[in-house]
Amino acid sequence: MRTVSQAFYKSVPVLAGYVVLGTGFGILMQNAGYGVLWTAAMSIFIFAGSMQYVGVGLLAGGASVITTVITTIMVNARHLFYSISMVDQYKNTGKYKPYLIFALTDETYSLLCGGDVPEGADPDLYRFLVSLFNQCYWVTGSILGSLLGAVLPFSTTGIEFSMTALFIAAFTEQWLTTKDHIPALTGLLSTLVCLVLFGRENFLIPAMLLITLVLTLLRSREEGAV
Amino acid sequence: MKSVILIAAMSVTTILLRGLPFIVFRSKTPKYIAYLGRMLPPAIIGMLVIYCLKDVTLTARPFGLPELIAGACVVLVQIWKRSSLVSILSGTVIYMVLVQAVF
Repeated sequence: MRTVSQAFYKSVPVLAGYVVLGTGFGILMQNAGYGVLWTAAMSIFIFAGSMQYVGVGLLAGGASVITTVITTIMVNARHLFYSISMVDQYKNTGKYKPYLIFALTDETYSLLCGGDVPEGADPDLYRFLVSLFNQCYWVTGSILGSLLGAVLPFSTTGIEFSMTALFIAAFTEQWLTTKDHIPALTGLLSTLVCLVLFGRENFLIPAMLLITLVLTLLRSREEGAV
Repeated sequence: MKSVILIAAMSVTTILLRGLPFIVFRSKTPKYIAYLGRMLPPAIIGMLVIYCLKDVTLTARPFGLPELIAGACVVLVQIWKRSSLVSILSGTVIYMVLVQAVF
């Protein structure tokens, strides 16, 4: 029971962002002519925010299966890197492992990648519940958007910033809790360089490769220190 | 029916991308992968911050000011309160006010 409340507390920052982004997705789906069942199915079986936004266009435009698979690989390739960095942490998670891997979104990753588990919590159950709660927020948000998107009583313009704020907060927090800021700076600078070089549509994959390359080159630094 | 196939294609591809490293490195984790596992998280979060801000235009009104002000607010509140919930909420509210009523 304690693990449940600890996992819920950890997941709360994602609640607002996911309900909001999910609602946006539901509204887009509705506008494209896809009702609540389609919306819920995508949020349950795909559970990848940016891909689902792109997916609306693919569905509405009647894209081919090949185009859909290639687009998914392009948009979601970053998940390879999340998984690589979680191989050890998720190694012995037993029956929770398949779901933990399935539900490893940007936001779940940003909550769990630190590896810290609150005192007294069952670590595997804790990670499972954080992931599950996040997906519940996402599914709930998308259903809400699908059902009542058109009748919202106030302007939600700008609410999408909650996701940006989530990553800025995670970045600040890890900065405050670690001494070695080289990886964080590597991430920021490599991505900026690639954004300038490759443009805003195509910079994510080059950025990941550059980050991996720089960190690999810096490995001698760590081995020299240990 | 076409839509069902496309959704299945997106789902399966995403699951494969998320699962592949776990299958490849199942037996024992190479030292290099373990090293990346320690170093990648802060770098990727830095990358995601930039990714979220990629559509900000600095050369035309409002010159990225809403993002700058709200982003700075998140950082300062996070340092001050050490609570992601408070910092995310305050930053988002400030951003909404800025884009709806100020800029």
